[in-house]
Amino acid sequence: MNWRGGLLRFCEVAGLPIFEPFVRLAAGEDKKEQFVGIAKYVLLPIVAIALFLGFWAMAANTVVTDSAKLPSPKATWDAGAQLIAMHFEQKQADRLAKQEKVGEAVRYMAEAKAYEEAAAKSSGARQESLAAKSLSLKKRAVSAVNFEASSAPTFIDQIWTSVGTVFFGFLLATVVAVPLGVLCGMSPWFNAALTPFIQIFKPVSPLAWLPLAFIVIMWYYAGYAAGETYFNKAFLISATTVCLCSLWPTLVNTTLGVASVDKDFINVADVLRLSWAQRLFKIILPASLPLMFAGMRISLGVGWMVLIAADMLAQNPGLGKFVWDEFQNGSELTYARIAFSVIVIGMIGLVLDRIMIFLRNLVSFGNPAPA
Amino acid sequence: MSVLLRPEPVAIRRPDTPAPTPILQMKGVCKGYGSGVTRTEVVNNINLNIREGEFLAVVGFSGSGKTTFTQLVAGLIKPDKGTITMEGEPVTSPSPDRGLVFQNYSLLPWLTVRGNIALSVNSVFKDWSAADRRAHVERFIDMVGLSHAAHRRPHELSGGMRQRTSLARTLAMKPKMLLLDEPLSALDALTRAQLGDEILKIWEEERQTCLMITNDVDEAILLADRIVPLNPGPSASLGPAFTVGIDRPRNKTELNDSEHFKSLRNAVTNYLVAVRQKARATEQAATKHLKFRLPEIKPEDLTRKGRAIHNQPPR
Repeated sequence: MNWRGGLLRFCEVAGLPIFEPFVRLAAGEDKKEQFVGIAKYVLLPIVAIALFLGFWAMAANTVVTDSAKLPSPKATWDAGAQLIAMHFEQKQADRLAKQEKVGEAVRYMAEAKAYEEAAAKSSGARQESLAAKSLSLKKRAVSAVNFEASSAPTFIDQIWTSVGTVFFGFLLATVVAVPLGVLCGMSPWFNAALTPFIQIFKPVSPLAWLPLAFIVIMWYYAGYAAGETYFNKAFLISATTVCLCSLWPTLVNTTLGVASVDKDFINVADVLRLSWAQRLFKIILPASLPLMFAGMRISLGVGWMVLIAADMLAQNPGLGKFVWDEFQNGSELTYARIAFSVIVIGMIGLVLDRIMIFLRNLVSFGNPAPA
Repeated sequence: MSVLLRPEPVAIRRPDTPAPTPILQMKGVCKGYGSGVTRTEVVNNINLNIREGEFLAVVGFSGSGKTTFTQLVAGLIKPDKGTITMEGEPVTSPSPDRGLVFQNYSLLPWLTVRGNIALSVNSVFKDWSAADRRAHVERFIDMVGLSHAAHRRPHELSGGMRQRTSLARTLAMKPKMLLLDEPLSALDALTRAQLGDEILKIWEEERQTCLMITNDVDEAILLADRIVPLNPGPSASLGPAFTVGIDRPRNKTELNDSEHFKSLRNAVTNYLVAVRQKARATEQAATKHLKFRLPEIKPEDLTRKGRAIHNQPPR
């Protein structure tokens, strides 16, 4: 396949029709037709966004209370730029502090070495005191080397925490939901047993789940100090809440996918006399992958939405906590920062969605879903 | 069955000599769905012997129970009454011995042409060495002329190529008997003719026992040794067999001018049409006395006066 075909196929599979006209234009196809595509996928959205910004700016001038006002697009943008600049400044400061500590450690080590040599030459009580001095210097060197800057997480750190939490929760949900869904799809009896749970728990809000997740995690981690556990408590509570909420779409779709495998494929398996495992892994699972991934796409979307609320309540240092803290702080920048984080949350949600579309299209041969 | 129309005496030889040893035997096979009053018999009292090495075509209209018939022979469904035996053993489940070529190809979309064929080879010839199996797969890809497309997935193939893949997949299992379930009916006319020729060629090389289910009389005459019409359902049964008796190798263009071919085609077609007409007449007769008598009720105005009625249409 030539580069054009490859790129066009990528656009289709990744659900990115926006790039298609550019690829065709670069390949020298009919220009007029491509400009129609560009107008549809690029110019029109730009116009729509410009209109939206205009209304937003107008609203920002109107919605003003005594203590605060709706941030304008400009204020939001500035606040965002400042947040990002703050991140890099902080990182730079942390790096410098670390460097300093490392230098300190080197100095301590050199001193310790000197004391050690002196100790080797002398004897008796003096040797003992010199050795003790060297040992204490070494200890200080080690602690200096292990220094980690304890600055508050910046906005970008919080983004990564959020993304990490949602993926961990989503992973948990997938690990639980896919096998259950496969069992439900293969056995109507199992499905009948599970249906009440699915029906009842599916519509429950994350805020209702959270205290229960909280108590389970607290019970599990009882007796551990803050730094001793592999996972942070707040992180686990958030991730568990995400898991509990994003379980259901994957479960329901996997059940549907497995139960609705084309009868002809089952006939093929029958004629070939495939064993149970072969039938599952060679026929049923590949055939139900598209629907499974469609479910996982919904799950990830739900998970991301739920995560913000869970972060707020569990005080997991992610974007939700950022929004909450800003709201509590009440500085003049508060609302601009919140508006900026709303946009960032949306953008990340978009990227997550694209990733899942891409994966889904990769496994549905000849039948890619529209974006 | 006295309405059988035979417009002119043609050279149709009935199979009067007892068959040598049937490879597959169906005795009084019935299959229906539902129970009680809602039960419909799809096929009823099917008796058929298929001889070793013969090409038998079962011809019938759409909806006359062809699919049920194929599934019965393949072992995908069990008969309600009667027995199906293959080489003396009762047929209870599907088996690679009866290789089934599906009407809609049933290729697995996530596997390439090679992958689809390899799946069946690997699961049927488990005890072969990997090299042997690979060579076997390549041989059959080659046989249906798809070497250039072996790495493609079904959605990148034309209908004809898909059906060829499906055919290769089934042939590669080395079945004792080949079951073709309307193998050409999903294809366009040109591809149909071409693939028909190819099936004929492959069959003439392998001389495998073959049962083809089709709705095309021409196709059946071109390919088969014997043609058995399937009387239209519900409760479809098999009609008398027509022996084709045209020498092989057969040539389609020559056949078109052959008097024997024409008369045979007329005979089979007329038989099918006559049986269907009779079936319709019986059905009509059966429903005639079931006419509904309308009760003598006059509509009455039930609206209460002086009461607002919502959504009342304007008068």
